[in-house]
Amino acid sequence: MVKDKLAQSVMLGLCLFSILMVVTIAVGLYLKSSPVLENKSLWSLLSSSEWRPMKGEFGFFPFIIGTVWVTVLAIAMAFPISLFTAIYLTEYAKSHVKKFVFPALDILAGLPSVIYGVWGVLVIVPWISNRFAPHFVDFSSGYTILAAGIVLGIMVIPLLVSLFIEVFSSVPMELREASLALGATRWQTTHKVVLRKTLSGVAAATVLAVSRAMGETIAVLMVCGCVIGIPKSILDPGYPIPALIANNYGEMLSMPLYESALMFAALILFAVVLVFNLLSRIILYRLEKTQQ
Amino acid sequence: MDIKRKKQVSEWAVKTVMWISMSIVFLLVFSVIWTIFSKGCKAMSWSMLTKLPTAGTYLGGEGGFPNAIVGSLYIVGASTVLGLLVSIPVVFYLNVYLKTSSKLAYWLRLACDVLFGVPSIVYGAFGFTIMIFFGLRTSLLGGIIVITMLIIPIFIRTMDEATRNFPREILDASYALGATRWETLKVVVRQIAPGIATATLLSIGRAIGDAASVMFTAGYTDSIPTSLSQPAATLPLAVFFQLTSPIPEVVDRAYAAALVLTIIVLILSISGRFITNRFSKNKL
Amino acid sequence: MAIEIQHLNVYIKENQILKDICLTLPEKQITCIIGPSGCGKSTLLRTINRLIDSTEHVRLEGKVLVDGKDIIGSGHEITELRRKIGLVSQRPCPLPMSIFDNVAYGCRINRMYKKHRQLIYNVQKQLQAVGLWDEVRGRVRTSATRLSIGQQQRLCLARSLAVEPEYILADEATSALDPISSKTIEDLFVSLKSQYSIIMVTHTLHQALRIADNVVFMYLGEVVESGPARQIFEQPQQELTRKYLSGIFS
Ligand SMILES: Nc1ncnc2c1ncn2[C@@H]1O[C@H](COP(=O)(O)OP(=O)(O)O)[C@@H](O)[C@H]1O
Ligand SMILES: [Mg+2]
Repeated sequence: MVKDKLAQSVMLGLCLFSILMVVTIAVGLYLKSSPVLENKSLWSLLSSSEWRPMKGEFGFFPFIIGTVWVTVLAIAMAFPISLFTAIYLTEYAKSHVKKFVFPALDILAGLPSVIYGVWGVLVIVPWISNRFAPHFVDFSSGYTILAAGIVLGIMVIPLLVSLFIEVFSSVPMELREASLALGATRWQTTHKVVLRKTLSGVAAATVLAVSRAMGETIAVLMVCGCVIGIPKSILDPGYPIPALIANNYGEMLSMPLYESALMFAALILFAVVLVFNLLSRIILYRLEKTQQ
Repeated sequence: MDIKRKKQVSEWAVKTVMWISMSIVFLLVFSVIWTIFSKGCKAMSWSMLTKLPTAGTYLGGEGGFPNAIVGSLYIVGASTVLGLLVSIPVVFYLNVYLKTSSKLAYWLRLACDVLFGVPSIVYGAFGFTIMIFFGLRTSLLGGIIVITMLIIPIFIRTMDEATRNFPREILDASYALGATRWETLKVVVRQIAPGIATATLLSIGRAIGDAASVMFTAGYTDSIPTSLSQPAATLPLAVFFQLTSPIPEVVDRAYAAALVLTIIVLILSISGRFITNRFSKNKL
Repeated sequence: MAIEIQHLNVYIKENQILKDICLTLPEKQITCIIGPSGCGKSTLLRTINRLIDSTEHVRLEGKVLVDGKDIIGSGHEITELRRKIGLVSQRPCPLPMSIFDNVAYGCRINRMYKKHRQLIYNVQKQLQAVGLWDEVRGRVRTSATRLSIGQQQRLCLARSLAVEPEYILADEATSALDPISSKTIEDLFVSLKSQYSIIMVTHTLHQALRIADNVVFMYLGEVVESGPARQIFEQPQQELTRKYLSGIFS
């Protein structure tokens, strides 16, 4: 009996530890970034474009813009592909087709970030530099926001597809059959009943994918060009926040304010991802509950 | 155009769009795998796997990246064991002790899902801060701690999903026989073994491929670490650091390391499929 | 015109679900299909409107003639067939839209009306036909899921009627309802049989006894006996039917 009690409290402790981890990360990052927050107002940190660590100028605007560009581009490419793939898999595909597609998605989901980075450097960057960009600009190295967007887009496809499939599967079969029985085609049923019913779920899944895309580091770092500045088009290089942290973390230890600024970057990332995640997860939980 | 024809045309158009989407997905898988294999196979040799870089990682010369392979294995092995030790009790608690409607269970699941979404670069930065706080330097230990933090939420959620469909009658039967809940653990573990296996494979895949979190915490070195306090090289960083070198031999090492990493991940993914197919036929 | 089923076999994977079904379902009458659960009643209905197509690994053999045309096999316009055959399912399932849009759904899908006024008129007519109009007239633009379960089932019936079907299939349409709602639906079916041919699966023999003109008794995928209700209930020819029916009279 004593053994039982002890085990129970250990397990409860571990549970609380897991929950507290979220809080710990937030507090830790906040404490670390407080020097730079005392030095500058939050607004000036977010809106300034001056980035001179040596002089104590930390303007995050170019990095925020870089993150937004890359993420929007990635989602814009991944969303339609994932949506139609998921619709095909839930509404149309026979099981023998699924047998081929799921392993492919598994592989896409399992490949590490750095592998996508290698692929981006070897395939996408030269393609942009030699084939795509010459139509629009005189010269492009290929290391651009577009490259980062494409690579990132591919990386979120498996996540989006699996979330969409989960969302669409929450629609009861009878509802589809009710529509079909009235003479609707598959597609009419899909967009007038299934999509309509799961609009919030589709939105939640997309938000979740956005948050995943925003934090992706290595692959983006390898192809984005890493030039500080506000990009004017997708053929300019960009510098998203995760890349900033990864590139500079090693060298900043000698300068407390610089370290604090990078921790602030991590805090921004964490805060945005946290909010997006909470929002979408809560919506998805609701959906799952109505299904049961 | 009459309505019948219109229905047919839009149905056909949508099907075409869907086929295009699927072809893109397949094309991408093929392109990525083909690129890695064609570059990697050319660069691969026996000495890549067995011989330490004689002239240092960033200079040319003989040798490959056994330091990265061993470093990755150390980190992944240790953090998988630690992760299992933490998460099995949590999952057990979640599904056996707590009621399905429990608030704590809700928040725990939410916390894990949120943690799962936290970018690994944030884990890296946070982990590094913690290490500094405790006076640790970049080391094998640091890498193990961060990767463990990274994979615990994956472990918990994947096992939790597998356990939720778990027939609770088995528990009642076990209690009826006079077993304590603690003893019932054994029954549950046997039931959810495939879930644990899937979760382990997933976590290993994530742990072995993650570069951003080990960058600051485990560091990189040319030699194989002999103690927990030494820095350790990892496979993804071996790819990342060497890919952009101007020296061809160094770039070749990056390609070969990418190939090794890809093969490991492919094996994990295929065996994951095998397990889920075998144990739960109804899963999609 | 009636539905005529000739030597119908339905296989799912290796299992034969329906075995050599031969039936005539007469028009403008209520035909009740009875039998223990799992005997293939739902499968039979789903074959008639080809909803069975969405089940995997299905093989159909034989003929199902609807208005003289065989609907088994490809080349048939399935959406048109389904429009012609309404379905009311066991659990009421209103589509995720307003009450009005639910009834209008089929009309819009099939582009039945050019003018919005005609659509409104038809929706009102069908809601009246199922006795729902007075209960919901002020809130036809609100979500259909907020109706009571009995009202939802009547809404589903109105939705089926709105596309001007000739046949109505009902699969245990009253089994999820309370006795009063159940009675309302039953009465509706009786009042509708002058305009539609109704084929209903029922789980209670009493219901069949009350409203059926014809009865089909199925057992293990086969039709054991079929014919006018009186004859089946009073003088069943088969031993199996007698045993099954003895439930009511004892
Ligand atoms: N999708 C399916 N896959 C395999 N077997 C099925 C499927 N649908 C129905 N069956 C089988 O067909 C038989 C008849 O089912 P059903 O028509 O639903 O019976 P009823 O409606 O009379 O209760 C049952 O034995 C059932 O197990
Ligand atoms: Mg049935």
